[in-house]
Amino acid sequence: MKINSTEIIDTFAEAFKMYGSRAIITAETKQWAMAAAQSMTGFATSVIGCKCEAGIEQELPADKTLDKRPGVSVLLFAMDIEGIGKRLMERIGQCVMTCPTTACYNGLTSDNTVAVGGQLRYFGDGYQISKVLGNHHLWRIPVMDGEFLVEESFGVQDAVGGGNLLILGKDQKTTLRAANAAANAMREIPGIILPFPNGVVRSGSKIGSKYKSLIASTNDAYCPTLRGAAATSLVPSTSNCVLEIVIDGLNIDAVEEAMRVGMQAAAKPGIKQITAGNYGGNLGQFHLHLHKIINSN
Amino acid sequence: MSLTLSLHTLPDVPIEADVICTDKLNNVNEAALSALTIFHGKEQVMLGDFFKVQGKYDGEIRIEGDLSRIKHLGAGMSGGRIIISGNVGAHLGAGMSGGEIIVEGNAGDWIASEMIGGRVIVKGNAGHMVGGAYRGSPVGMQGGEIIIHGNARNETGNAMRHGLIVVGGNSEDFTGVSMLAGTIIVLGEMGIRSGAGMKRGTILSMHKAEMLPTFTYACTYHPTYVRVYLSYIKEYGLQIDDAQLNGNYERWIGDAIELNRGEILLYAN
Repeated sequence: MKINSTEIIDTFAEAFKMYGSRAIITAETKQWAMAAAQSMTGFATSVIGCKCEAGIEQELPADKTLDKRPGVSVLLFAMDIEGIGKRLMERIGQCVMTCPTTACYNGLTSDNTVAVGGQLRYFGDGYQISKVLGNHHLWRIPVMDGEFLVEESFGVQDAVGGGNLLILGKDQKTTLRAANAAANAMREIPGIILPFPNGVVRSGSKIGSKYKSLIASTNDAYCPTLRGAAATSLVPSTSNCVLEIVIDGLNIDAVEEAMRVGMQAAAKPGIKQITAGNYGGNLGQFHLHLHKIINSN
Repeated sequence: MSLTLSLHTLPDVPIEADVICTDKLNNVNEAALSALTIFHGKEQVMLGDFFKVQGKYDGEIRIEGDLSRIKHLGAGMSGGRIIISGNVGAHLGAGMSGGEIIVEGNAGDWIASEMIGGRVIVKGNAGHMVGGAYRGSPVGMQGGEIIIHGNARNETGNAMRHGLIVVGGNSEDFTGVSMLAGTIIVLGEMGIRSGAGMKRGTILSMHKAEMLPTFTYACTYHPTYVRVYLSYIKEYGLQIDDAQLNGNYERWIGDAIELNRGEILLYAN
């Protein structure tokens, strides 16, 4: 199958069951809300090294937020519900509460919840104030610029982590441009994030290593410099650069839609192949077949 | 078709009509409804002696006529909706735990006293003791919402512990007296001695107010949660302007004769 001149390999991305949550950060200005969101989603590229994966889902206009201020929606994923609770508490406590004028609300309705404001409130040292309004239980924590307002608990739902695309291009410049276009298109899809820097990762990994202490190591099959050296190379002779886009989403449909628009956007002149990473289908619960995704449109 | 009760005979003295409650009228036909017992003063009479009954309860009761002398309507209800087209008497929705009551006219004293949950909306004015505790009772309203578009009289939110009371107009004296927690918003002016004896909770007014000497000025600031509350009540049709939404509020802490953890917020600019 081809899109324009780009070959879409008949393979699948192998994705995993994760748990997801959504935090809505608001502030007096869009810039302060974004500053907190960027801080909260920092060092959250891979659950392997960062204990969670997080990213900015979208900016929210003031009329779409609880306090009618500009907001930013952040998605955070982890391997279990407890992990979501810990990471949210750490990151909202250290990155959002610390940021001037911000407030932080739950953005996901779910039967499963984790206490966030219910834990952070103790920072108020007894001066915190509880407020219940409709379905929202909020905590007012006194801070030096006034109060930090944070929701008692945040919803957690089943989610999908590790959807991915591999973009193989003739050179780094062309491949980077295509990956950037794909990432921009994918960010328009609600319910997903691209956790790596600017949505793109160059150090794709495989499971295991020749070094026993490592659980993952460089994906030598897709390193163009190792063509001829690695036991297997999947980089065709026409390609000299491979970039990956990893997608985490609140549901499989959102991840598939993101992959679809990503492939459409990345299929530019000079992009030889688009493929996906998997582990033979034995590890991940979700198999996202590239041809099926494209045909589903 | 929803159940409609139309007052056809004005009572000489107040009627105790706590049988007019969503929880008590499920699967009751018109004849049985008309035969329900109510108290006209000290006399037991039938509902049909004063009300024309039409339809069957399907989650909503409409009540028509001047109900100023009808008391305890919707008392103890836990769900459904009652719509009252005119004025209504005292103890409306007392102790209710769920559902919604909408009054198109004015309401008497003690509305939603000691309510636990649900919502009461009064398009006109309300009397004394809105959401209050009965005399001798330590706790008033414990949850839910009371939205009054007009004015309220004395002791609004007396000893309330949780929930929200909004007064679109003015409230008279002792607003939030002995309050334990919860939120009272008065868009108009408050009378004297607001927050007297309050332990925790919030009283917010859009006007200056005479503060008791046991309240201490803390600061003038822009509380984010006020934006949440004002945005929320704006949905009920109450007039909230951008200056109030974006404005600063004086924070007064009190009552120092109690825990000193309550607050009165007064719109500053």
